[in-house]
Amino acid sequence: MNGRLTITVDGRRIEARAGQTILEACQDAGVYVPRLCAHPKLSVYGSCRVCTCLVGGRATAACVQPVQPGMVIENDSDRVLEIRRTIIEMLFVEGNHFCMVCEKSGDCELQALAYRFGITHPRFPYMFPERPIDAGHPELLLDHDRCVLCGRCVRASAELDGKSALGFAGRGLRRRIEADGPRGLAGTDATGDDTIAEVCPVGALLRKGTAYRTPYGRRRYDHEPIGGDIDAPCGEAQEDR
Amino acid sequence: MTESSRRIVIEPVTRVEGHGKVTILLDERHRVREARLHIVEFRGFERFVQGRPYWEVPVLVQRLCGICPVSHHLAASKAMDLIAGVERLTPTAEKIRRLMHMGQIFQSHALHFFHLASPDLLFGFDADPAVRNVLGVAQKHPELARQGVLMRKYGQEVIRATGGKRVHAIVAVPGGVNKSLSAAERDALLADVERMTDWAEAAVGVARDYTLDNLEQIADFGSFTSSHLGLVRADGALELYDGLLRAVDETGQVIFDRLENDRYAEVLAEEVRSWSYMKFPFIRSLGPERGWYRVGPLARLNVCERITTPRAEAARRAFFAALGDPPCQVTMAYHWARMIEVLHAVEAIHELLLDPDITGDELLRSGTRREEAVGVIEAPRGTLFHHYRVDENDQVTMANLIVSTTSNNEPMNRAVRQVAEQHLSGRDRITEGLLNHVEVAIRAYDPCLSCATHALGQMPLAVELRDADGRLLDRRTRG
Repeated sequence: MNGRLTITVDGRRIEARAGQTILEACQDAGVYVPRLCAHPKLSVYGSCRVCTCLVGGRATAACVQPVQPGMVIENDSDRVLEIRRTIIEMLFVEGNHFCMVCEKSGDCELQALAYRFGITHPRFPYMFPERPIDAGHPELLLDHDRCVLCGRCVRASAELDGKSALGFAGRGLRRRIEADGPRGLAGTDATGDDTIAEVCPVGALLRKGTAYRTPYGRRRYDHEPIGGDIDAPCGEAQEDR
Repeated sequence: MTESSRRIVIEPVTRVEGHGKVTILLDERHRVREARLHIVEFRGFERFVQGRPYWEVPVLVQRLCGICPVSHHLAASKAMDLIAGVERLTPTAEKIRRLMHMGQIFQSHALHFFHLASPDLLFGFDADPAVRNVLGVAQKHPELARQGVLMRKYGQEVIRATGGKRVHAIVAVPGGVNKSLSAAERDALLADVERMTDWAEAAVGVARDYTLDNLEQIADFGSFTSSHLGLVRADGALELYDGLLRAVDETGQVIFDRLENDRYAEVLAEEVRSWSYMKFPFIRSLGPERGWYRVGPLARLNVCERITTPRAEAARRAFFAALGDPPCQVTMAYHWARMIEVLHAVEAIHELLLDPDITGDELLRSGTRREEAVGVIEAPRGTLFHHYRVDENDQVTMANLIVSTTSNNEPMNRAVRQVAEQHLSGRDRITEGLLNHVEVAIRAYDPCLSCATHALGQMPLAVELRDADGRLLDRRTRG
């Protein structure tokens, strides 16, 4: 065995490497699997479940599930898309996401996923949680309203920046990203040069002094939907957001 | 309410931006006892920008309105430039913002004149409402209607070229702008600018002819003497983007002049009244009784000494030659003044497009953070104040906005009362046409009560006459 194996994704046979996750194998084959917590520079985590697919009819997170020979995967079926759409909608109502004024608009993976899935409004009631802003750091800002608890920043601080500036605190609905120390981000050794803001998929962790610098038409998702660089385009990006 | 008094309600007021209603109380002899314009919306932006990072505010506050978002975007940006420690923008940044602002003035004034006001002016205040609307204008005056649509479109295209979108565009960031014009964008706008200038001049003529042909009828219509407030350049010329505050009283005497924007609170105060969500600003030195003032196109012409662009200046001179020395107090002359500003805006657009800075690439400056700043701009409807305090964490701790329409609150109420007294008093039957007179007086100010509401034929207007016991005597509906 040379470490190659074959899986089936939506009826299409795909060659994969042993040890790859479903998400990685699909990506190599030009099949986009939506994701928020997964990031190519970070360890796998499996928290957001946006990459949920069906393996043998059973829901599993594609970003953590290793491929197995002969695996039969649904990535683009109605049922899978409905599961993912529901998860994305729940992420929207759980926080306070006001895309129209957010400085990450047009460059936000959550917003881009909503556009890709055609979500114009959530079916669930908004929870409008009261969450503070940690703005005390001179170069960084943590807006908990927009956090989806993907944990990219926590992993980036440890794995890429060699620090432990951020971690998780609380449980259930009270779970949140917390800076390491009583003074919030300002009390940590995080700096504006760290990768924690760069990897944030939404407008939760931001570098100060950079907002709205990219004009309309030049933002990441202005012309191509999220995943468009991996698979065939699934529709025109909308002009007005 | 006495035994036989009546209360008339016009709700909502139509062909204005936003939601408002008028109540008119008549006594037993059908004489007007009280007439009020109520603003029934509450927006709360001053509260919910608190805690937000200051750079977000220029984007956040433009959601106040879908008609004049540019004005809020730029007024807040001017304040946030100062918060970011930037006193002077780069030439490119300032000119891009001016261009965007002129596009906004052009499109907003065109929208108001052609779509909202012209049916009253062309067909008469009490013409058949089936004709007295924008479709009626399109049928009877197709060329005028076409020009109105295309002029508004041109202004919107200016906004899109500068800010990326026609509505809720973003170009200003604290300390500058995020883009300038490409040569292609500039050339596309230049291609149409002369035609737009000619049409704007023709619109001045329409407004002038209407005013002069009907002067006898409209001279006293909703008119009264008042003070006027606006921005001027240091040399006294009309200034819409970045000027100094000047106010004149009812005789034209200067109350304050060339006042720096951040001193506005020394000369202006706001009064709260229980029956409206809109405050009543007044000039401190005159007190709340006498200190109310007007803003907007007529007020701006009354406070400035000249206009910097030639065709608009000629139109300004013709305006005062026909109506007498400033201050002009004819409420319906707002329309003529508004069209003179349309002409000025498009002339300014032309000048800016020919300026090499408009395609420059020096966009941003930086400075040392401050805690407090005021941004003032002349929005289409009048002087717009944005005042903020920001803490050391970059979060807004205080916001105070005096929106143009707020300054015109007392004048609009006076106009409503006067028109009601002139046209409704003593009549025991109130027709739709008579009630439209009240709305015409309000429309002269082009009030923006917040979000756009105009939708021909679908706008419900309900007027109810009730006796003292609340029994329905008469009811008229429209829409």
